[in-house]
Amino acid sequence: MTTWVPACQTDDIDSEDIVPFEHDGGQYAIYRSDDDEFFATDGYCTHERERLCDGLVMGKTIECPKHNGRFDYSTGQAQGAPAIEDLRTYPVRVDDSGTVHIGIG
Amino acid sequence: MGSERLARYDLTGPEGQKAVEEGLSGVSWFRSAIPRKRMKELMRRSDEHATKNTALWLGSMALSGAIGAFTWTNGMLWAAVPALAAYGVLYGSASDSRWHETGHGTFFATRWKNDVVYQIASFLQMRDPTIWRWGHTRHHTDTLIVGRDPEIVAMRPARLARIIANLVGLIDVPTALKDMVMRATGRLSAEEKTFVPESERTKVARTARIWLGIYGATAVACVATESVVPALLIGLPRAYGACMLYVYSLTQHAGLGENVLDHRLNTRTVHMNRLNRFLYCNMNYHVEHHMFPMIPSHRLAELHEEVKKDCAEPYPSLWAAYKEIIPAVLKQLTDQTHYVRRELPEGAAPYHEPVAV
Repeated sequence: MTTWVPACQTDDIDSEDIVPFEHDGGQYAIYRSDDDEFFATDGYCTHERERLCDGLVMGKTIECPKHNGRFDYSTGQAQGAPAIEDLRTYPVRVDDSGTVHIGIG
Repeated sequence: MGSERLARYDLTGPEGQKAVEEGLSGVSWFRSAIPRKRMKELMRRSDEHATKNTALWLGSMALSGAIGAFTWTNGMLWAAVPALAAYGVLYGSASDSRWHETGHGTFFATRWKNDVVYQIASFLQMRDPTIWRWGHTRHHTDTLIVGRDPEIVAMRPARLARIIANLVGLIDVPTALKDMVMRATGRLSAEEKTFVPESERTKVARTARIWLGIYGATAVACVATESVVPALLIGLPRAYGACMLYVYSLTQHAGLGENVLDHRLNTRTVHMNRLNRFLYCNMNYHVEHHMFPMIPSHRLAELHEEVKKDCAEPYPSLWAAYKEIIPAVLKQLTDQTHYVRRELPEGAAPYHEPVAV
């Protein structure tokens, strides 16, 4: 069953950027695309568990800051070595107050 | 990746396992604190800069190669030698930094452009693009961690004869060709299997076969034309043009700390002139590059300004760097515990030292 957890406010994330979110021991990453859609993935690169929140967001791509592994954060798809294992994604919804919720579980 | 290593540095040996057990592998390294807004500016990629740079590099190669081939064929050695010397450095040395930057995916903003130049540069360097991508990834994870890093050139003690011989590719080139033949049969070395995932290995055989085909065609062209010119243009420049590759790359880590977790202890930044920085793609800012590998090379000078408060003074020149490197490496021939440990400026974040596990 999905639990909706408030993660941040929309204003907390710049356009085409990422912020970290920690909940109950888990690390997540929340994204705001350049067309103001919100997405969420696991917070660590699947290659060597580097925090993605320090990485570069380009369009719908997140690039890991350690080895430049890339993922499509909207689908989690790994886009080439050294990222070869997909990222787990989570559903996101934004309520009327501008709070971004991530669906966990 | 071809080079024989001293036993300690063998990636399948006990030192690598010891490094993992001691908490030296795959852990966090020191990074200077830079505001996220500034980092985003610095990380931004540019097709414009990379396109101009690549056009200049390949254009210079084409021109010097054409002049070299024409003058050699027409017996004008006085012109052929300098032309081919320039061609050789552009082919055999400058391709290393292009291999490096496009391998990181940071040279161009457009991914496929990085991939194309990466394949070209890998061919020129005789480095299998799959194996070396994964090997370089390991180098960034475990920089100069003994038994884990496949790219340690100056070991302790350094194999000086090999290093000197490789200034003209005398070891690297035959080894690369031997490895190419092995890989064309689908085999990887035991060391390579430690860092190349199984799912990635099928590409290696295909690449090796294509490359052997190109070198084979080059040899046939030499026979058909009764001239060494085809080989002077394809393959041999990796040997006769390799000197600057080693002159630059030895400044990166030689003589510095092993098994440390701070790039300020095992990496150098060296100021260089514009020509060297063009040939080397600004990789003279090597501390900066290791600290923040996602910053494209043309922004490294700016990054240097952001982190210099935490770093030892850069070396003012290649000459200054080698005045340190040569005595350090020579001392390591008899004292393998010796390394150069630099003083940090006042106010710098202290060195991040390994914690005994």
